Amino acid sequence: MGVNESADGVRTTPLNELHRRLGGRMVAFAGYDMPVQFEGIMAEHRHTREAAGLFDVSHMGQVSLSGPDADKALEALIPSNVQELKPGRQRYSMLLNDQGGIIDDFMVTRRGEDLLLVLNAACKEGDVAHMRERLPAGVRLETLDDRALLALQGPEAEAALQAIVPGVETLSFMQATGFMWEGVDLWISRSGYTGEDGFEISVPAGRVEELAERLLADERVNPIGLGARDSLRLEAGLCLYGHDIDETTSPVEAGLQWAMQKRRREQGGFPGADRILKELADGPARLRVGLKPEGRAPVREGAEIADADGNVIGRVTSGGFGPTAGHPVAMGYVAAGFARPGGAVAAVQRGRALPMTVTVLPFVTRNYKR
Amino acid sequence: MSEMKFTRDHEWIELNGDEATIGISDYAQDQLGDVVYVELPEPGAKVKRGAEAAVVESVKAASEVYAPVSGEVTARNEALDDNPALVNESPEGDGWFYRMTLDDRSELDGLMDRQAYEDYLETLN
Repeated sequence: MGVNESADGVRTTPLNELHRRLGGRMVAFAGYDMPVQFEGIMAEHRHTREAAGLFDVSHMGQVSLSGPDADKALEALIPSNVQELKPGRQRYSMLLNDQGGIIDDFMVTRRGEDLLLVLNAACKEGDVAHMRERLPAGVRLETLDDRALLALQGPEAEAALQAIVPGVETLSFMQATGFMWEGVDLWISRSGYTGEDGFEISVPAGRVEELAERLLADERVNPIGLGARDSLRLEAGLCLYGHDIDETTSPVEAGLQWAMQKRRREQGGFPGADRILKELADGPARLRVGLKPEGRAPVREGAEIADADGNVIGRVTSGGFGPTAGHPVAMGYVAAGFARPGGAVAAVQRGRALPMTVTVLPFVTRNYKR
Repeated sequence: MSEMKFTRDHEWIELNGDEATIGISDYAQDQLGDVVYVELPEPGAKVKRGAEAAVVESVKAASEVYAPVSGEVTARNEALDDNPALVNESPEGDGWFYRMTLDDRSELDGLMDRQAYEDYLETLN
């Protein structure tokens, strides 16, 4: 976070001036003034997949949970196993409502003395209120407002970061630890949301501009805006909260049951467990799938999905053009009977039926360093 | 060739004899970003001033393109089917969208010349 609020309520991150200096085209996003693009979405997307992209994700929430049994207390709100999460390991999970719908998706890391949560910008205030209401008094929740967050993503991310923070190369995917850089404490995880190898770096807000400029001084590293962040995560088949998942979708419908480890599936004990365990056993009524439009026209969020007879069987939740895939890409929900890859469906857009094929996700190979 | 004229929605039109060519301005392509698809009207289609005549899709979003005047479509730029990036590279040249005949030439009078359009762009920034 590390956030400043202007008189008109639009918030800025500590990198706002740098974004402007770099020629970023600024837009309002989740209440923040953020760069949608610098050089252009297509070029930034490709640069991230081919070299390294630097993203300002300081608008996301960083929250620390500590105190006795903080892990156990968090488990009461989410379907993942946190109690057996080892120090320095990170996991993807979701806050659930009592109907098993997803309130937010987030990353949780066990550090020495606490659990670090990284929350979506648009959801973070609600998440914090939700947790404060439900966590027992012994669990301390602290929002880390004095810290910014950078993501460095792409095949050259390791080399570029290692050049200034030696040792990061020892991290493997979903591992995290603390590092010192020029007297600054960094918390670095090997993770991200682009489908590429890369890192997320939590840094004191007062030093983030200096770190960002150091990284950008490396010719392999370019600044990347929200536009390419969206096309990268869509190609990687990753859910965008508020679009592909929301309070009505369950983890099973969303195909996120891999985030529910065995003990939790067996024991339940999370919000909406009745629905979720039933969906695990019997299969859900609808499923998130990949969709490949056959033509060149992108299919956008909100388009209805129809079967060969024209019956509505679902809806597109994310759609655009995949610069690396080289064709339009989309995701959406379809009735379970239509979720098999290879199936022919159509998106109804601007009054026309555009043929699409149900596909496996992701659209591009993920390049995580296991 | 006559002078290019512009709409407040950033379309341009250029009259050449009885036929006009329509496209989007350099400012519009810059605002849209990388164009990945253009849905064009077919020859024979009737377009009405101010109504949607084409759709241009960038990586991020779809945007409507309105007809600057009323008339009948006579040709579409097929080069955009294979290379929609022409809109970014040459918005006021090879990246034209379609050609049309005009129902009423006086409709052109309500459009801006280049200087007026550039003055108008100044007010947007």
